[in-house]
Amino acid sequence: MNSALVVIGIVFAIAVGLGVLARRGHDMSLEQWSLGGRGFGAVFVFLLMAGEIYTTFTFLGGSGWAYGRGAPAFYILCYGAIAYSFSYFLLPVVWRYAQPRRLVSQADFFVAKYDSRAIGVLVSLVGVTALVPYLVLQLKGLGIIVSEASYGSITPAWAIWTGTAALVVYVVVSGVRGSAWTAALKDVMILGVVVSIGIYLPLHYYGGYGQMFRAIEHAKPGFLTLPSSGQSPVWVISTVLLTALGFYMWPQYFSSVYTARNDEVFRKNAVMLPLYQLVILFVFFAGFAAFLVVPGLEGAAADLSLLRVSKQAFDPWAVGVIGAAGLLTALVPGSMILISATTILAQNIFRVLVPGTSDRTTALLARGLVPVTAFAAAVMALRGGDAIVTLLLMGYNFVTQLFPALILSLGTRPRIGAAAAFAGIAAGELTVAAISVSGSSIATLIPSAPQFLKDLNVGIIALAVNVVVLAIVGVVVPRAEIAAQAVVQ
Amino acid sequence: MTSGEKTRRFRAYHAAAAIPAIGLLAGIPFANRVEPYVFGLPFLLFWIVAWVVMTSLIMGIIWLLDRSRP
Repeated sequence: MNSALVVIGIVFAIAVGLGVLARRGHDMSLEQWSLGGRGFGAVFVFLLMAGEIYTTFTFLGGSGWAYGRGAPAFYILCYGAIAYSFSYFLLPVVWRYAQPRRLVSQADFFVAKYDSRAIGVLVSLVGVTALVPYLVLQLKGLGIIVSEASYGSITPAWAIWTGTAALVVYVVVSGVRGSAWTAALKDVMILGVVVSIGIYLPLHYYGGYGQMFRAIEHAKPGFLTLPSSGQSPVWVISTVLLTALGFYMWPQYFSSVYTARNDEVFRKNAVMLPLYQLVILFVFFAGFAAFLVVPGLEGAAADLSLLRVSKQAFDPWAVGVIGAAGLLTALVPGSMILISATTILAQNIFRVLVPGTSDRTTALLARGLVPVTAFAAAVMALRGGDAIVTLLLMGYNFVTQLFPALILSLGTRPRIGAAAAFAGIAAGELTVAAISVSGSSIATLIPSAPQFLKDLNVGIIALAVNVVVLAIVGVVVPRAEIAAQAVVQ
Repeated sequence: MTSGEKTRRFRAYHAAAAIPAIGLLAGIPFANRVEPYVFGLPFLLFWIVAWVVMTSLIMGIIWLLDRSRP
């Protein structure tokens, strides 16, 4: 047994212990389990919201993109800042509506606003379809991180099964309190680890940031700027805008909004979180440092760059600390995704199918679904091939389709009817699915388009279809209703 | 007035929250270059980092203005 494995094991045990202990003194109604009794103060809400900044995607993918693609990786730093500035106005409005009405899930919000159960079911299906691949990705990342950092002494499959089992235990026992407690450990560790390696590696291998970037630019000219076609400035701008719109449309984000005790928390977060996410910059530094030190990682293997360069630079125990931090980047978001997905399934799908289900049964069902959902995700993480990547890319575009209907519902009364909102979302989702399954881009759809149009993120098309259908139905249905009333009279 | 009512009401300075998004994104085609390096960072990366810091500053000012409302 190597020292890296010992460190990973200890941190893992502490995380699971914290997750289970988090329950102490609380009953587990759905409101407690899913939303921590709506009593979280500034620190916990901050940690839950910041939890999304460091998922395995940012840890492995952020360094992997910097290593494999160079400047296009910078987009990861942009969308959060824009989404946070927007959240200053959006989240207090969402919270103030949800709090007195005791809303539990994102779908509840749509049900209440549009006074329609059908839209709740649609929003739930969208949410679960987007969440499951996201959970699968976290588990896959967990497998990669633990097997790499343990120098191969634990296989990815073992890591995924152990991680899933731990996740199930503390999510079932403590719910979102478990997420919040483990998030505290995670943020301390990841901050320490990422800042340390992001400072150390460029200094150690190159003598400084300037030297590192000059060496990279010399070795591969143009790597540190955006190409004129493909992942060009137009691609970055359109992708950042789409991602910023979709950012708060994830169901687990809505849940973390509901956990807050008051709405001042969101304004403070909007000020702090842009600065806080600058830590992603240090993830980039690690990926760039790896570029010339451990060259030759092609394709998906680029995601290993941070861990490979760390293994070359550090002692095994330090690699263990890095691996343990990486493990937590999978567990914390994974737990929040699990809670959201099972809450939606119990509250907004089962309850609609079986009216009259009590609060108690709904709470038990949500927790009972945790092992089932986690097991399915673990199997997909082990078996799933490229299909999962397609689903994941679809996921972000899926939740983004909720944006128009959500924004139009925020006034004292929605500006459109339930039919228009439903039709817009449905049309948008179908477009996303068609585009994703066929692997289309604007370049393949309109081969004669000028280059800047071709580089637009193809998600824009789905959003446009969504808005057009929403507008048409929004105009036609009220008129038809008026006409129908006239006929009756 | 509760803190909630302060942002429910739109005030002229709230428009400043759009500055980071516009500045960051509109500038990308022009900032898409390596030289000059600033603090060791290639210019494009420096541009983005600077705007992320500006986002926190601008939102901080808006928050202080909202809080100072009676």
